[in-house]
Amino acid sequence: MMQQISILLVVLPLLAAPITALVRGKNLAWLITFVLTVVCFGISLWILMDVTTGRVIHYELGGWQPPWGIVYTIDSLNALVALIVSGIAAATMLYAPRSVEKEIPDHLIPMFYAMFQLCLLGLLGIALTGDVFNLFVFLEISSLSSYALISLGKNRKALFASFNYLILGTIGATFFLLGVGMLYAASGSLNMADIQTRFAEFENLQLVSTALMFIVVGIALKAAVFPLHSWLPASYSYAPSTVSIFLAATATKVAVYALIRCLFDVFPMQYWLEMLPTIMITLGSVAVIYGSVRAIQQTGMRRLLAYSSVAQIGYMIIGIGLINESGMTSTLLHLFNHALMKAALFMVAGIYLLRANSTELDDLYGLGKDMPYAFSAMVIAGLSLIGVPGTVGFISKWYLLEGAMQTDHWGVVIVILVGSILAIAYVWKLVEALYFAAPQKPRVQNVDSGSDTIAKSPMLMLVATWLIVIANIYFGIDTELSLGAASDAVRSLLGTGA
Amino acid sequence: MQDKLILRVVAKWLIPVIILFAFYVQFHGDYSPGGGFQAGVIFSSAFLLYSLVYGLESAIKVLPDHWLKVAACFGVLLYAGVGVVAMLMGGNFLDYSALASEPVAGQHIGIILIELGVGITVGSVMLLIFFTFARRVLPK
Repeated sequence: MMQQISILLVVLPLLAAPITALVRGKNLAWLITFVLTVVCFGISLWILMDVTTGRVIHYELGGWQPPWGIVYTIDSLNALVALIVSGIAAATMLYAPRSVEKEIPDHLIPMFYAMFQLCLLGLLGIALTGDVFNLFVFLEISSLSSYALISLGKNRKALFASFNYLILGTIGATFFLLGVGMLYAASGSLNMADIQTRFAEFENLQLVSTALMFIVVGIALKAAVFPLHSWLPASYSYAPSTVSIFLAATATKVAVYALIRCLFDVFPMQYWLEMLPTIMITLGSVAVIYGSVRAIQQTGMRRLLAYSSVAQIGYMIIGIGLINESGMTSTLLHLFNHALMKAALFMVAGIYLLRANSTELDDLYGLGKDMPYAFSAMVIAGLSLIGVPGTVGFISKWYLLEGAMQTDHWGVVIVILVGSILAIAYVWKLVEALYFAAPQKPRVQNVDSGSDTIAKSPMLMLVATWLIVIANIYFGIDTELSLGAASDAVRSLLGTGA
Repeated sequence: MQDKLILRVVAKWLIPVIILFAFYVQFHGDYSPGGGFQAGVIFSSAFLLYSLVYGLESAIKVLPDHWLKVAACFGVLLYAGVGVVAMLMGGNFLDYSALASEPVAGQHIGIILIELGVGITVGSVMLLIFFTFARRVLPK
């Protein structure tokens, strides 16, 4: 029973997307998407509850036995990632209707929602599958739909950003596929578990180490790991707000998950232990500092948040590179926690975009005073981004520090502290512009004439934002769900007892 | 190209043959090389030829965009629907063996329907892409 329900996470969006694309009314399209995301959220919560007891769900597609057929293996890590994706999708959809109405032309709205569902389908598929080629297919489904989603942004630069992402994303996908192809040539199998068990048979082949490099570089591009991050800031800052919320909170996280899955469950850890960790820690550290410094320099709210994402991905990569239980736990926790913070912050940015038609900081001077609910939500999410105790950001940073100290990486400890101070600086920059700076003369040409959108923030948007903000605090205090799933997953990844 | 008599006559003869070949690739796909994707592309190429020779306007008259969109969605639904029916009949998603009382017959039914879904979607999406780009280049 549970098995058949688990596949619904992929099947339901697949059924709903074409139906939504054919629907005429924008409200109906939204309703279908909203119900779908809530159902998916419910299912993944249920699955997570089921697998944290140590059970692993296996699902053979089409009834074909692995290693020949495609199999979905769902353990706590898969379930945690699926929960993040579907949870953020549900919150985004609660938030969406007003913002989509404003940013997307009416006749494209059903298509927009259909595309959103396809993106959800791809991300959930990556989270569930136990087959490397299937992972590539879902990676492409989610990427292709996100190119289209980003290009729908109102600003003309959205098209350029989307095209840039398309080129780089395709290169990333190609690298990944080449890697998978080489691995298939060496092993004759695409099933993750099968490749891992028979790894000793072909580990001496040159082909296998080449495959590893291609796979790592390909996924790192998708995850926007430091030198390969250049597509991210433009895409997130010109995409429609709904899209930037969803993608910022989930897309890179899912790619980081794919990286973890490939490194630990396709290639055995011993195989790359000598080369990769140092590279990962170095690149992660550079990402933290570089991303934060660039974030401070930005003059647009969404661009600032996007650069901060680059820095936060750095923390996750450091966590993997530390190869110890606390470091790994912090990475997995940060997948969850960072999704919560960034979703909240981009939601606030979306509210500003709706009401002030801009997310450039100098257009927003002093607006925080007029929009207390949105502003206070931003402050709390910002504190969480810095890592103040009592918020989720603190938990993951704490584990990361612990992991760095246990493994004597004192450089990393300094990077984390400096990164946090820089985070204070860029969050303060937002607070200062929105609250303390003197309001400038309103730019009348930016406001649609005759609309009252500037008068008050839509209720649904505020509710969704505050739900996420409350989750930021709740999971900072009661870590049972997130930490439980994360440490369970870490134990199975590192193979340190069940 | 409406004034090129030879092209028009040859196209008139070729188009039915291309479509017939598309159907052959489609429905013989479970025994021989081919299948939905290839058939969809061949099928759409017949209409590409038609619109190149007889003009975009007349091609769009035969296949309006709206219907192509419906067809594209229908193909996906057919694919997913077969999978769901298999689930309802007691198998896993896309387990064709569950579709009929005998597994081999079930596999036949399943693969034919799935490939039909793929063919319909690929064919109509190919045409949609072509029409979208063609409209940008050609004066209306």
